[in-house]
Amino acid sequence: MSNMIELNSTNTKAIVVIKDLKKSFGENCVLDGFNLELFQGENLVVMGKSGSGKSVMIKCLIGLEEPDSGSIEVMGKDIKQLSREALDELRTEVGFLFQGSALYDSMSVRENLEFPLRRHTKKFGVIKDTTPLVMEALESVGLANTMNLMPNELSGGMKRRIALARTLILKPKIILYDEPTTGLDPITSKEILMLMVSVQKKYNTSSIIITHDVDCARMISNRMILLIDGINYAEGTFEALLSSKDPKVQAFFK
Amino acid sequence: MNTILRIIEAFKNFLLEIGELSDFAGRFFKEVFKPPLEFKEFLRQCYNMGNRSLLLVGVTGFIIGLVFTLQSRPTLQQFGAVSWIPAMVSVSIIREIGPIITALICAGRIGSGIGAELGSMRVTEQIDAMEVSGTNPFKYLVVTRILATTLMLPILVFIGDGVALLGSFLVENLKGDVSLLLYFTQVFNHLEFFDVIPSTIKTFFFGFAIGLVGCFKGYYCKKGTAGVGLAANSAVVFSSMLLFIIDFIAVFVANIFYDV
Repeated sequence: MSNMIELNSTNTKAIVVIKDLKKSFGENCVLDGFNLELFQGENLVVMGKSGSGKSVMIKCLIGLEEPDSGSIEVMGKDIKQLSREALDELRTEVGFLFQGSALYDSMSVRENLEFPLRRHTKKFGVIKDTTPLVMEALESVGLANTMNLMPNELSGGMKRRIALARTLILKPKIILYDEPTTGLDPITSKEILMLMVSVQKKYNTSSIIITHDVDCARMISNRMILLIDGINYAEGTFEALLSSKDPKVQAFFK
Repeated sequence: MNTILRIIEAFKNFLLEIGELSDFAGRFFKEVFKPPLEFKEFLRQCYNMGNRSLLLVGVTGFIIGLVFTLQSRPTLQQFGAVSWIPAMVSVSIIREIGPIITALICAGRIGSGIGAELGSMRVTEQIDAMEVSGTNPFKYLVVTRILATTLMLPILVFIGDGVALLGSFLVENLKGDVSLLLYFTQVFNHLEFFDVIPSTIKTFFFGFAIGLVGCFKGYYCKKGTAGVGLAANSAVVFSSMLLFIIDFIAVFVANIFYDV
């Protein structure tokens, strides 16, 4: 039985709406009627155990996985109905930070950032000199001096920051974070979380953050969803969920 | 009974794979003329594939020319037909041995490289990262690599053939005191239009097959490091098999015209 906790939010405009999302891999049903609403300017944390379908959910949201059923609306557009070109255009509004950073390892930091920029001439026009935009994105993540380095010369935390800079360069309205602090030490994790907060303020983005890190959820969430057994089992603020008596909810905070 | 079922299953999987590969090839032809052309990446791939395979192709070609001549010489000597060596070697190398050996080397060198590179990009989510930034990774990664192998293989074969003939000349020069001019006059006197053109055409198909299979295996690589190894390995096995099939078809078709 779902244990919904009332959302206390003044925001009313949902920019992402997921309804009754179902996804199975063979016999394994990962999402079994998942629902989500992301409001303008909020940080929504989705927590769940490993293998509970959190990453699958955001991959469905961006069109990397095809859901079995259900509907996904991003900024008022049903992604199932979009053509390849329209989906690519929508993707410039939705940034995705991968768990392993996913930097293109044959390209320098500068080329990594330029890569999406040079290919979206519809949104940005033909840019002759990308340096100011690359510098702006790198400065936002505090790594302005890494422009000519290769990904293998960067630490794990730096890679995560550069990946965020690559996401920011397209000036997205929504950012999806897949386990942003996994594999990082506590200090670097905290730095990344602070960075995420500052990025949200600077660029006025809305975010969905996939994590199983309670500290991350505490620091960054405006609202949380607990994904258990393929559904949004519990939903509410961090404090509200923390005080829940439900043993399944409590298990996450112990 | 179990063995029969396994064979049927393997055959079914093989046919499925052929179907998926045809789909992949279809997507290549759909994307190839669409902008952006990614010309810089295409040139980078041409340079990588051509330049890095040149030494291997050259050394192998030289040794094949050398060994082929050394092995044939005693037999031809018995029949007093040593003077036919340049003609025999050149026709064999240009029509068949040069293209197929170079293609097999490239399947190992380039095909496995493409499979491993795209496979590791898939595993580390780099291809997904391109996809979510709306930049069409197929165009950037696959189309450029297939075009590069299709263009570079005929050039490598041409160079390989030339070096193999030089190897053959070296033996003839040392054993039979044949001059460079005499050797190559003999070669060009016996080579015909029909020896060169069909074998050149088929090398474009060889290059296309190597690029297509390498990209297919890497692009759809299963997760994990084992998947990358498997992608590289199966790219070589599958493309080598495909090369022999293409070679058979090419010779068959060429012979129809030759008979006419």
